[in-house]
Amino acid sequence: MPDMRKISLTVNGKRHEAEVESRLLLADFLRHTLDLTGTHVGCEHGVCGACTVMVDDHSARSCLMFAVQANGKSITTIEGLAQADGSLSILQEAFRQNHGLQCGFCTPGMLITLSEHLRDNPDPTEAELREVLTGNLCRCTGYQAIVAAGLDAAAKMRASKAECA
Amino acid sequence: MGMKFFGASVLRKEDPALLTGKGRYVDDVKLPGMLHAAFVRSTYAHALIRGIDKTAALALPGVVAVLTHDDLPEPMRSRRLPLYVPHPAIKQTFMPWVLAKDEACFAGEAIAIVVADSRYVAEDAAAMVEVDYEVLPASIDPREAIAEGAPLAQHGATSNIVTQVPVKIGDTDKAFASAAHVYREQFALHRGGPFFIECRGVVADWDAGTEQLTVHASSQGSHRFKRTFIDLLDLADNQVRVITNDVGGGFGPKGSFYVEYAALAAATMAVGKPVKWIEDRRENFVATQQERDQFWDMEVAVDEHGKLLGLRGRLVHDGGAYVTWGLVLPWIAATSVIGPYVLPNYQLELIVAMTNKITCSPVRGAGRPQGCFVMERMMDRIAHELGLDRAEVRRRNFIQPDQFPYKVGLIFRDGRPVTYDSGDYPKSQQMALDHMDWENFRAKQAAALKQGRYIGIGLSNAVEGTGLGPYEGATIRISTSGKIVVFTGATPQGQSHKTTLAQIAADHLGVDYNDVSVVTADTATIPFGMGTFASRTAVNAGSSVHLAAIEVREKIKKIASELLEVSPDDLELKDGAVEVRGVPGLRKTFRELAYNAVGLYGFSMKADRDPGLEATSYFKPEQSTYANSCHVAEVEVDVETGHVTVTRVLVNHDCGNVINPMVVEGQIVGGVAHGIGNALFERLLFDDQGQPLTMSFADYLLPMATDVPHVETLHTETPSPLNPIGVKGAGEGGTIAVIAAIISAVEDALRPFNIRLAEMPISPEQIVEMVLDAKAANIDA
Repeated sequence: MPDMRKISLTVNGKRHEAEVESRLLLADFLRHTLDLTGTHVGCEHGVCGACTVMVDDHSARSCLMFAVQANGKSITTIEGLAQADGSLSILQEAFRQNHGLQCGFCTPGMLITLSEHLRDNPDPTEAELREVLTGNLCRCTGYQAIVAAGLDAAAKMRASKAECA
Repeated sequence: MGMKFFGASVLRKEDPALLTGKGRYVDDVKLPGMLHAAFVRSTYAHALIRGIDKTAALALPGVVAVLTHDDLPEPMRSRRLPLYVPHPAIKQTFMPWVLAKDEACFAGEAIAIVVADSRYVAEDAAAMVEVDYEVLPASIDPREAIAEGAPLAQHGATSNIVTQVPVKIGDTDKAFASAAHVYREQFALHRGGPFFIECRGVVADWDAGTEQLTVHASSQGSHRFKRTFIDLLDLADNQVRVITNDVGGGFGPKGSFYVEYAALAAATMAVGKPVKWIEDRRENFVATQQERDQFWDMEVAVDEHGKLLGLRGRLVHDGGAYVTWGLVLPWIAATSVIGPYVLPNYQLELIVAMTNKITCSPVRGAGRPQGCFVMERMMDRIAHELGLDRAEVRRRNFIQPDQFPYKVGLIFRDGRPVTYDSGDYPKSQQMALDHMDWENFRAKQAAALKQGRYIGIGLSNAVEGTGLGPYEGATIRISTSGKIVVFTGATPQGQSHKTTLAQIAADHLGVDYNDVSVVTADTATIPFGMGTFASRTAVNAGSSVHLAAIEVREKIKKIASELLEVSPDDLELKDGAVEVRGVPGLRKTFRELAYNAVGLYGFSMKADRDPGLEATSYFKPEQSTYANSCHVAEVEVDVETGHVTVTRVLVNHDCGNVINPMVVEGQIVGGVAHGIGNALFERLLFDDQGQPLTMSFADYLLPMATDVPHVETLHTETPSPLNPIGVKGAGEGGTIAVIAAIISAVEDALRPFNIRLAEMPISPEQIVEMVLDAKAANIDA
């Protein structure tokens, strides 16, 4: 008999209660139980980073976490990145402006990884961004446009912060 | 009419959905009642299957069915997968059965499909299916496989030689007899797999009532898939629809039709419910086709000035267990050797070997990187032997701009003579050298060496046959709402077709490119298609969109001229309407015209009109169009650890007219990263029993963000005379020549050790070993 557990968690600000098999991966829970298919699964062994989501304040591989481990946590996925009015976030818009995606499959992980990094390091160098992106594989872009998008977004975020201050 | 969008770096129409998690990849498809599949795969590279016991698997709660070859419907059970690129020279045409019949020919070959109510249960059950194997000897190394007495890779084969064909230009023996110098090199060239981030996947849904099969597939050509389902099941055209929405990368191997897809069709027909199978990464390493190995044993003959007189030798290509791609890869490699150089005499014995490994498929570049590598390494060797600058040797051998169209003297993969249509190779190289300050690198290198740093520079040129036929189509239809839709069989996997094809249509129809929707790869919307591979979509689909858009524009003008009672010549298309030039109020909207074009219920149609505001075009290129590039790379080698840092890469690329520079730039830079992987990291390993040893991204290394430098690009635009929009393909040009340029740069960095490189990829271990050997030899001397 499958071992079932009750979990309760918040995803993109919305509360969910569910009963899940203990072996269910968080990635599969998000994608197939909650139908949040924006998070992608690329390798299921924690290398490619396409499945990266925010768990509370830290990025994590949703293919290396069980859904039950997310009990009580707050998760943010690519579906939760846009601004309140639905328009693209500064980072998402920078990806578009800089051609930071081609097939788009690694993009959810790239966006989450960079969102976290730019939160902690608002003025990164190109080398720092390349280093932080080593946890995410992209086969299409050669990373150049992703790095450019990260730098562009950082500059715009700083400008927007200065404006608010 | 001015071109407003053609040539502009407009933003992609694909992006808003993909950036917000609204893409629709195959694993995002969820159908009512959908079940999930997993495969039982051969654990041996070569074995007879004596029996399959599915009792335990079927007893597991949640399991719906377990199908083996014997459970397949007819005629699928009696047919091997069809071979789509036959060639008279192919002597043995082994194609796979849908699910291994009585023999498994590579480790990972699908033997049974398990259908269950979840993927988790399907995998549990797959592990419970017991296969009784009789292990057979396997042929793994293609050079050994073609030797007399080698174990046969397939039961019933007469040998492991699939084909052996000669390639010939001129009189090579004569050229060698009179040559001032002859040099020999043996090349071991490996290319890995595609390693798209989205693995393969299919959702198959058989409706027993309407007897229709609907398949969602991650593919590079939905029409090819449709055709295969029809061939395997003897269905009619209306009974199969294949839809490919968003695809997470393809790079060649997603163009193949695999046995898993047919098994999914059999499964949905057997259980009466939709069935989904998404390949996991472990399966991807054993069951998605790979490019792998070529071994070239070559001699080059030159005169005293380093001018090429002849090239000869033998190429052994590892074709894998089945001949799905026939001669395609080694043939492209053999014809790509010539590159931008005058080669008067050439003779190659080309052998395709059957081995007990997954079938070999084209991967981005498709044999061109290997051909380029062979010639470019020979150029470096000639330079080394004659004490010439590497760029100068190339300069002395270039085809000159006044020699176009240039007939090489061979037949290309498109079935037509290799005829270069346009280009300026000397200029392309010179631009690249100037940009990289080639002349002054020696001084920099000497200064670095004084500090104990080993830096090097390398260059490489390639000519690339692109835009292969037979055709790709486009239907452009203006809906009765006035909305414009382009339908095409082209099947993008990240190449931005929805943007670039809209750009082409928009200019002719006088609208914003955002007002043109592009529907790709749904077989229900356009009857014929080939798909996206071989850098062919801009040429084929782009030209079709251009031609169809002009036809629609003329229809618009014709109907409007009748309604407005003016000459069509006085009309112009603007903002979704057509108006009389200089009389802004006098206009008809596309909506009004499309409504009119459909006709009125029951009323007679005018004799000179066809229904609807639409046109279809299938552009059929008369031959491939040849793009070219010059790559220059700089590296630094740590001789203690063998680590290579690629410090600079420049690509001067010529793909004719550019539809969207941003998109082309993205293709080239991404292609370079792929080539860096092929030069330094990516190697698929097998043991001598054919067991794959690289089964994860921890064993098989893809380039990371820190492995790729900021790639610099230059563009030369030599329009192609072979299609109406003057374009050439751009999808593979970044990859092809960069591998040879990097290896050349590594060799240049190791110049103090006098090391010669004839392999790709080159690993840190190999570098350390060669450096230690060189040091030891020095001491001995």
